[in-house]
Amino acid sequence: MVQGKVFKYGDNVDTDVIIPARYLNVSEAAHLAAHCMEDIDQDFVKKVKEGDIIVANKNFGCGSSREHAPIAIKASGVSCVIAASFARIFYRNSINIGLPIIECPQAAEEISAGDEVRVDFSTGVITDVTTGKTYQAQPFPESIQNIIDAGGLMKMVAARLKA
Amino acid sequence: MGMTMTQKILAAHAGLDSVKAGQLIECDLDIVMGNDVTTPVAIKEFEKAGIQKVFDQNKVVIVPDHFTPNKDIQSATHSKMVREFAHKHGIVHYYEVGRMGIEHCLLPEKGIVTAGDVVVGADSHTCTYGALGAFSTGVGSTDMACGMALGKLWFKVPSAIRFVLKGKMPKHVSGKDLILHIIGMIGVDGALYQSMEFTGEGVSNLTMDDRFTVCNMAIEAGGKNGIFPVDEKTLEYLKEHSEKPYHVFEADPDAEYAATYEIDLSELKPVVAFPHLPENAHYVDEIEKIKIDQVVIGSCTNGRISDLRAAAEILKGRKIAEWVRCIVLPGTQAIYLQAVKEGLAEIFVEAGAAFSTPTCGPCLGGHMGILAAGERAVSTTNRNFVGRMGHVDSEVYLASPAVAAASAVTGYITNPADLEKEEA
Repeated sequence: MVQGKVFKYGDNVDTDVIIPARYLNVSEAAHLAAHCMEDIDQDFVKKVKEGDIIVANKNFGCGSSREHAPIAIKASGVSCVIAASFARIFYRNSINIGLPIIECPQAAEEISAGDEVRVDFSTGVITDVTTGKTYQAQPFPESIQNIIDAGGLMKMVAARLKA
Repeated sequence: MGMTMTQKILAAHAGLDSVKAGQLIECDLDIVMGNDVTTPVAIKEFEKAGIQKVFDQNKVVIVPDHFTPNKDIQSATHSKMVREFAHKHGIVHYYEVGRMGIEHCLLPEKGIVTAGDVVVGADSHTCTYGALGAFSTGVGSTDMACGMALGKLWFKVPSAIRFVLKGKMPKHVSGKDLILHIIGMIGVDGALYQSMEFTGEGVSNLTMDDRFTVCNMAIEAGGKNGIFPVDEKTLEYLKEHSEKPYHVFEADPDAEYAATYEIDLSELKPVVAFPHLPENAHYVDEIEKIKIDQVVIGSCTNGRISDLRAAAEILKGRKIAEWVRCIVLPGTQAIYLQAVKEGLAEIFVEAGAAFSTPTCGPCLGGHMGILAAGERAVSTTNRNFVGRMGHVDSEVYLASPAVAAASAVTGYITNPADLEKEEA
């Protein structure tokens, strides 16, 4: 269960605005977090607090395969990204590195910037504490939930190679 | 129910007789690729998990191409890390500056990828190799690390959109115009999680370079992969470039498609995609006069020899507009040399263009042609997102090499046919 204040964005938030390529010459998470969302929202880094939530419309994370994008978001302290849909490489990357993401078009449409939102990953229930409305997201398929439960893809790979 | 071409390749690599859309499967990988931006993150994950060796030294490919020749100390540090990893693990296909190229131009040229392969690359434009009849898709660094360790990766079997092509493209129209037209039609998430399968009698009229360009930008429609059937042109290309055994897969006649679009290639016209999304497609003939500051001709989308020929045909005997910087970047060293031998390099330099070593550089706002606030570029690259090539207040217009070259001459976004008309 996580709870935080919402940063709200529109359609097609691409990985170039999540973390511009000019910062990709360094791969440390803290460096990336310091520039997270810089080209779409210069205030994000100043305002984001541990546990906050990003809510966006369709095709979040489109563009480059750079894993630096979910790394930057995770290292910013963001506890969950809710979107109407995710670009597929961003989706895989988030699962693989343990950034919680949830697809829920209705929540993405109705939740406003600044709302206090709670996400229960075990039930897939998203609660907008500010408005009192709840939304039901689809749970992950079992094999994807297994990656999340293992603490990321490479933990599973390491266990498999030892077995 | 029958399978699509993509589904057949995935089934064969998962050891299954059949698969269906939505199924989660694990596939054997023929190639796992990374570059100087994505591989360092993959190496960290690989080593953090305590993995000692890569699954196959011949099947891991590393191409430092994004910030190379290294643009600064940090990128040099990343390249050094990647180089040492490649050396330590005996990576056969590691390509250093001077022998390298932009990954998606280089791998087909070196024959590393062939028809029927399953390829993953830690670069979103890995979908390029679908032109060869391979299943090829972009992944992130952790997936690359997993692929390097196991030689296997999980996939969700995609459904497909079918594009039935007929006819032949007119003069000055190329694969870039076709794919920009398609993205304009279906949108930047029009093929989200899906395959884009190209078929129909018109396929035979597309050159291999056109097909690479089309598949390269499947990701710009959200596609998991783009794929062409294997025909005589594919086999000719493979014969020239690769000794790897290949496998030809064909879609079943009763394969199911989420949607089918018919496109008459003869009706296409030069297209330009306006900022800040590749779906903002317009016919060049229908736009207002747009003054530009820079032109970039190259990249994994349009850095192949036929792209340079198309640009040179227009630049020959003409001059770049006084206020425009034109930068030409061949995709690989072999293409560079070919351009020199054919006299294309001379045409570019005579016209007043810069002719550079292969690099992804300006496409992603890395180096070698960054835009300042308020500047506009016409670029043969693949993305025109906010700040993609530099300042957040700069603008990128995506177009073909022919349109880019014509625009470099006039200083405004220009249809090459108009350039010829004006001078006649």
